[in-house]
Amino acid sequence: MPVLEGRELRIIGFLCNWCSYGGADTAGVARFDQPTDLRIIRVPCSGRIDPLFVAKAFMNGADGVLVSGCHPRDCHYAEGNFYARRRLEVFKNFISVLGIEPERFEYTWVSASEGQRWQEVVTKFTNQVHTLGPLAPVPEISLDRLAATETAQP
Amino acid sequence: MLEQLKDTIKKALPELDFVIGWGMGFDALHATPLFMYEPEDVDKLVWGPLNVHNLATYLPALKGRKVGIVVKGCDSRSVAELLQENLINREDVVIFGAPCRGTVSLTKIRKVIGNTGLIEDVNYADGTLTVKAEGASHEMALKDIRADKCGYCRFPNAVLSDHFVGEKRAPQVEEDTFEDLAEFESQPFEERRDFWMKEMDRCIRCYACRNACPLCVCRDHCVAQSRDPHWLSQQDGVRDKFMFQIIHATHLAGRCTTCGECERACPVDIPVLLFKRKFTKAIKDTFDYDAGLDPEATPPLLAFKANEDNIKEKEW
Repeated sequence: MPVLEGRELRIIGFLCNWCSYGGADTAGVARFDQPTDLRIIRVPCSGRIDPLFVAKAFMNGADGVLVSGCHPRDCHYAEGNFYARRRLEVFKNFISVLGIEPERFEYTWVSASEGQRWQEVVTKFTNQVHTLGPLAPVPEISLDRLAATETAQP
Repeated sequence: MLEQLKDTIKKALPELDFVIGWGMGFDALHATPLFMYEPEDVDKLVWGPLNVHNLATYLPALKGRKVGIVVKGCDSRSVAELLQENLINREDVVIFGAPCRGTVSLTKIRKVIGNTGLIEDVNYADGTLTVKAEGASHEMALKDIRADKCGYCRFPNAVLSDHFVGEKRAPQVEEDTFEDLAEFESQPFEERRDFWMKEMDRCIRCYACRNACPLCVCRDHCVAQSRDPHWLSQQDGVRDKFMFQIIHATHLAGRCTTCGECERACPVDIPVLLFKRKFTKAIKDTFDYDAGLDPEATPPLLAFKANEDNIKEKEW
């Protein structure tokens, strides 16, 4: 059951296997109410996340992207999230030039025991994306052909 | 100064396979890369605002050969960056530097003289470029027709060189204020998106931006053509073209010296340098780092601090 009113948006979550995925699981086991807009993709570590995953998600129609990993100094691989933090911070800065609001992308840290915190993160981020509304899709075809198909099927 | 540069190159030439510089192209307005093997080739060398190409692009493919290269300030930063990434060996490259007054944007010149194929004569003196085309003579101040990157140039002299000829020039600006970026970002997000949709729609996927880029060094392994991983399809839609530009800019984050080759090489004049400018600003603001100044430096995205100075932890 969606907690939020109105249309559901597409939010992609990249979660590290060791902390945040466990944290999301903890939240589920504890039956905390959460918005249902988020689709989770499990990755080995937040350091595995190429900022281009985020870009690709936006290009393919995501309205928001959330990345979550272990807290700094708690990475399963010792330093993966430190590298991730630098990359993702720079990328978050970058997307505004593309015309994507930086608030559509967040990265955060949630440990496996923090079910409550996970609920809070998902709720806050989903609300944040809902305030901005859906992101206009990037056409898969050229603008000419898009215009032609639009006039053909009014 | 040009004569002095020629003499310096001639002196160094016997030790080298060849030296890369600029020569006159198919007409007096268009320079072209010049490969100088013999002393007579050196006489064809030109130096001035028409030397638009960044010749550092050739260097990675020539790794292991002993070559010389003539550089402007911005080109020298590309060389420094290539050295930092071990894509070339310092002992194999001899760098000839000279002070640069800025280079022209051929697109801006075309706007003045029209799209003519007949250039009769070109003259450059004291900041004024005179072009004779189809019987008409056009006088243009270099300030009006120079490439945008020259407006915020901080390094008109080579940042590293073995031979420097001529007197060092003062930089255009002390600090880059990214006014072009601020102006673009004064538009609402939706307008920016619409702008890129229209611009990307014009892209013909020729990959000139990638091929001209001195730091795009994957050659045959570029993700644009790879099927595994399959980042991009071969469709002509806006989405894949836009995604390619994002990939190009992201792969250059913390490495790009904003030499502007991508934008110059673009046959349909899409302002793709703006993406890289944004990354450059983000890197500068967050890590206070400029790419291509110190071959010994560690690039910020290959390092970390347990407590970052300029990255704030989120409240939630």
